[in-house]
Amino acid sequence: MRISIDKIISLLFFILSAFYLYQTHQIEVFSFDENAPFNAKTFPTFIAYIGMFLSILYLALPERAPSKVDHKVLDYKSTLSLVIITIIYGFVILKVGFFFSTSLFLLLSYYFLGERRWIWMFVLSFPFVATFMFLLHGLLDIYLRDPILKMIGIIG
Amino acid sequence: MIEGILIGLQTALSFKNILMVMMGCFFGTIIGMLPGLGPMTAIALMITITYGFEPATGLILMAGVYYGAVFGGSTSSILINAPGVPGTVATSFDGYPMAQQGKAGKALAIAAYSSFAGGTISAIFLLFAAPSLSKVSLAFRSPDYFALMVLGLTAVSAFSSKGQFLKAMMMVILGLMLATVGQDSLSDITRFTFNNMNLTDGISFVLVVMATFAMSEALTIILKGKDPSRATEQISLSKLGSIKLDKDERNKMLKSIPRSSVLGFLIGVLPGAGATIASFLAYGMERNYVKEDEKKLFGKGSVHGLAAPETANNAACSGSFVPLLTLGIPGSGTTAVMLGALLGFGIQPGPRLYMTNPEIFWSVIMSMYIGMVILLILNLPLIPYIARVLATPKNFLIPLILFFSVTGIYLMSFNNFDIFLMIGIAVLATFLRLYNFPMPPLILAFVLGGLMEENLRRSLLISNGSFNFLWDRPLTAVILVFTISIISWQIYSSFKKKK
Repeated sequence: MRISIDKIISLLFFILSAFYLYQTHQIEVFSFDENAPFNAKTFPTFIAYIGMFLSILYLALPERAPSKVDHKVLDYKSTLSLVIITIIYGFVILKVGFFFSTSLFLLLSYYFLGERRWIWMFVLSFPFVATFMFLLHGLLDIYLRDPILKMIGIIG
Repeated sequence: MIEGILIGLQTALSFKNILMVMMGCFFGTIIGMLPGLGPMTAIALMITITYGFEPATGLILMAGVYYGAVFGGSTSSILINAPGVPGTVATSFDGYPMAQQGKAGKALAIAAYSSFAGGTISAIFLLFAAPSLSKVSLAFRSPDYFALMVLGLTAVSAFSSKGQFLKAMMMVILGLMLATVGQDSLSDITRFTFNNMNLTDGISFVLVVMATFAMSEALTIILKGKDPSRATEQISLSKLGSIKLDKDERNKMLKSIPRSSVLGFLIGVLPGAGATIASFLAYGMERNYVKEDEKKLFGKGSVHGLAAPETANNAACSGSFVPLLTLGIPGSGTTAVMLGALLGFGIQPGPRLYMTNPEIFWSVIMSMYIGMVILLILNLPLIPYIARVLATPKNFLIPLILFFSVTGIYLMSFNNFDIFLMIGIAVLATFLRLYNFPMPPLILAFVLGGLMEENLRRSLLISNGSFNFLWDRPLTAVILVFTISIISWQIYSSFKKKK
């Protein structure tokens, strides 16, 4: 018997709802609230039960049109590269500062997506980020953390 | 009343205030277009600027920013499927498919005309009905609100599921689960934080909407980059098309506008309901009104499907001023920010506002007409330029979408954890979208989760834990009957298709 991915997702959703229910029971409410008509556990408990009910219903009912995904045409390599670059960007943005990390993130993303027009890649990274920073930091007075630019004395 | 209107007109037509409306509309549109920066951010930014102004001028500027940002939000919904605000999520259902078909110009024109019509009609209602409508909104109690939210979630699941109602309902539950993360609003007890301090305040709306729409859309485009059918889709996406509407499209739009304006305004009047529910309900209502042939076009670029939510969300914006100005209760998060600004001016909105400060009450209403005209004049000629965003090659557009998403979150919290959480949700959303699990029900559930819990809490406490509150009041019962009808219809149509 071959089970569709849609059914596997609903099985995972059932497990998630069950875990959510378990976590709901771990919520420590005030002792005077324990038997109240409504406390911090009530709404999550309803959600968990409804989630479990819906996933069981999906698992039990016959499937009308399971989703068909052709994995051969999906570009996992580029997607994964982009996700990893974004994670690294998230790691360095606070330490390196907004300007350099964002410019390098954009430059690398263009490169990994197959772009090789270097002039455009440059224009849409360093000068673009500088303009964006000027609009936000210079004109709208929105704080942008950038220790390197602060050290150089470009921003206050 | 006539005297008040004249005072308002005089104030709104002063050179300074017209300039403020123009500035508000322009900056609102620009800020609203950027995914992640919605009207709330835009108005919050304006608060510091308006403190030097007279209260009426300040409020006029903020109102201009508000409806400018709502219109701007619909532009990003249509062009890159990244709604900047929850009120424009429904716009993307048909606006984005239209853009993919090379009709981005037409989609933006329909959005501009519908926004103008919805906002203007609603401002007329506001002018004549504000005092009496405040009484209607007072008639709503917690059980009615709770039932209304259940109706909204069921309706959006039914209409965005493309025949997969159960999948959409599971997404509703996932959205509600995400909404419960953080401190409980009443007891301050932390829930589902796993002792992580970053989750104590809950997950931000902008983070979830960025992850499930903008970022997930960008990842999906890359993931399906080699798919031949998707490649055709992307090529056609770069065609802007004409902004001129043909007779058939005009007729369709003209049919949708009146009913969506009325619905949008009435929903906007209800405190807490606002543009989001209005746009979703208008979308659902429109789908029920149109003929069978047209119904099939919903979700694939229907003119009705685009005009209805666009009209309703702007109508709701004007409607949300009713509880703010007459009761002092904000109708939405954005009007809550405006309430804060009004209090900063030393003005207490309430039933007596239009007697004690008629120049504020009426000038805001009058400035809405001017604002709507300015918005139309400003946006229609600019549509071809705005739509040029589409001409950006995919290799540049995708990193820029990711950049705006990450920056939007970074500016809010300066916290790496939020960025990682957003990436995690985006990856999950991309996977779920691949298997046709719709994201709009998740977003609406996430937005309404807190309000739903609050109203359920009040209802259960009043009824001492009994669920009788669901049928004790006729209004609650009527709303629940509508909900049950939608669920029954979904079950019936599912069995009908099987046969």
